[in-house]
Amino acid sequence: MSWIKARRRHPAAGYAVVLAGLVVIGLGYAAIAGTGGPAYAAPRGGPSALDIAEGAALFSHTCSSCHGFNAQGTSAGPSLIGVGAAAVDFQVSTGRMPGKDFGPENPRKPVVFTTAQIHQLADYIASLGGGPAIPSAAQVSPVGANLALGQSLFTTDCAQCHNFAGAGGALTNGKYGPSLNRSTPTQMYEAMLTGPEAMPVFSDTTLSPALKRDIIGYVTAVRAEPNPGGFSLGRIGPVTEGLVAFLGGIAILVFAAMWITMRRREV
Amino acid sequence: MSETNGSHRDEPPDEPGPEEPRGPYRVIGTPPPAQARTLLGEAEHISTEPVVRELPAGPDDPKKATGAERIVAALFLLSLLASIAFIAAYVALPVHSLDAVFRSNLALGLTMAIAFGAVAVGAVIWVKVIMPHVELVEPRKPLASTPEARAAFTQTFTEGAEASGFVKRPMLRRTLIAASAGLAIAPLVLLRDMGPLPGTSLRHTVWRKGLRLLVYGPNTPIRPADFAIPGQMITVVPDGYQDNQDALAKAATIIIKFGPGQLVPDTPRTYGTKMNWTVDNIVAYSKICTHVGCPVALYEETTHRILCPCHQSTFDATRGAAVTFGPAARPLPQLPLGVDAEGYLVATHDYYEPVGPSFWERG
Repeated sequence: MSWIKARRRHPAAGYAVVLAGLVVIGLGYAAIAGTGGPAYAAPRGGPSALDIAEGAALFSHTCSSCHGFNAQGTSAGPSLIGVGAAAVDFQVSTGRMPGKDFGPENPRKPVVFTTAQIHQLADYIASLGGGPAIPSAAQVSPVGANLALGQSLFTTDCAQCHNFAGAGGALTNGKYGPSLNRSTPTQMYEAMLTGPEAMPVFSDTTLSPALKRDIIGYVTAVRAEPNPGGFSLGRIGPVTEGLVAFLGGIAILVFAAMWITMRRREV
Repeated sequence: MSETNGSHRDEPPDEPGPEEPRGPYRVIGTPPPAQARTLLGEAEHISTEPVVRELPAGPDDPKKATGAERIVAALFLLSLLASIAFIAAYVALPVHSLDAVFRSNLALGLTMAIAFGAVAVGAVIWVKVIMPHVELVEPRKPLASTPEARAAFTQTFTEGAEASGFVKRPMLRRTLIAASAGLAIAPLVLLRDMGPLPGTSLRHTVWRKGLRLLVYGPNTPIRPADFAIPGQMITVVPDGYQDNQDALAKAATIIIKFGPGQLVPDTPRTYGTKMNWTVDNIVAYSKICTHVGCPVALYEETTHRILCPCHQSTFDATRGAAVTFGPAARPLPQLPLGVDAEGYLVATHDYYEPVGPSFWERG
């Protein structure tokens, strides 16, 4: 370790230690804060009494502590009577439910249940009081969607919270409009139909199923668009690239200025 | 003035006569002979004492300097190579497609960065290692002129003013002032081109009694029964103006559906929603933020907040869009709603107050 001894009084040693510490912390956080896997929604048949019973059993030992034994709601969770199968499928297939903690926003997490179990839960909740059903694959398919109309609708009614490219954005008190980059067409359709969390409802009478498909078509198409001009940096906004260039460039200039003006060690 | 300025003297032009040689030729970079200091105008101060060096002739650490010299020379050569590579990349790389342009830009930028960067880094190493490190103090002359020079200037100015007759001939003086005023005022007339004045257009939108609300995009009219689920929000535009961007810039509106009892009515004491302007707990607000006019439609269904994405102005949708946070100074104007004979939502009047940001005459 003699090389450390020789260099630890170097004028740049302090900066080097701080920089190394920041890099270690950043890499460590990136390694720990993993991201969840994708969610699936598969076509299915109609509900049976057995499905409903299975769903009720699942509900009673994973959901009832917050939502109540009859899904009537408690102080910890809202009533689920009448929210519909679509709301259950959205919440559970994105991993938002079962909820882990009670922060301002329920984040997307790794999915806990299988698709079959999610559908059993949805059937149980639907049996309590109706509500919107899980859309079929054909209902949500972006094939043949009117992308221009979808973009117009998305930028008018969705982009304020979800960003023009669906990258998400901030709301008040720690809530946020989540990124749509990992949302399946089914999940997007269900979200519009049921208005999860702080999102308003876009019912079929206001935005027809065809218009919803146009919006889904725009969101899925814009994901595949190339990024001419370099890195997209998450498409989180027009200022990103300039900001990164500015901060990176300033850092390089600061280090260069420090090197130029560094005084030689008095021997 | 110049005759009183003592710092310069009239000197004969310093062209050497043909019979007088200029002095020994010398190689650029070698130390000059002592008499070359006459160039600094200090010939009379030259003494026979040996000249005291201000700068050491060599580096602080000659051994290190020799190593650094190689590094600097290598950097300069690297810069030369990068310049050649830049020219080669410019000539050789095609630019026929987006991908090719991307590669060409990358090669050109990278080689140019190396060409400039290597010279810069080499120069810094040169200064830091090869040049000696001493602190030099350069005395500075006072900036003010000498008292004699200032007195001479005052005299010249006063005499000139008297001689010109500017004081004695008031007609000349006044007509000149008048001419200057005319020249100054004439360009002000050009400001007229910034007009015409907006008149009352800032106070009105195209909304009027009986105009249907269309869902923007499909441009379909909407019945209260189609908008029956509390928590719904949608952007609407006036019927007939859905493609008129000039009109929509002021007329864009959002409608929000509430459950029974959620809306807080306006009272003489507290600001709230004007309930006779709502239909079945559907309320319409201007989509143009009253701060600087961004489209404000981040509606949080759980907290009933309308948030502006530009500067985080927050409005309470249940209380007539009153400002609860942020730089906006006024609530979002509420559009009076009604239902026409066919059951569709219509406006019953234009907005009663100007939409969008404040302006000078608004009061």
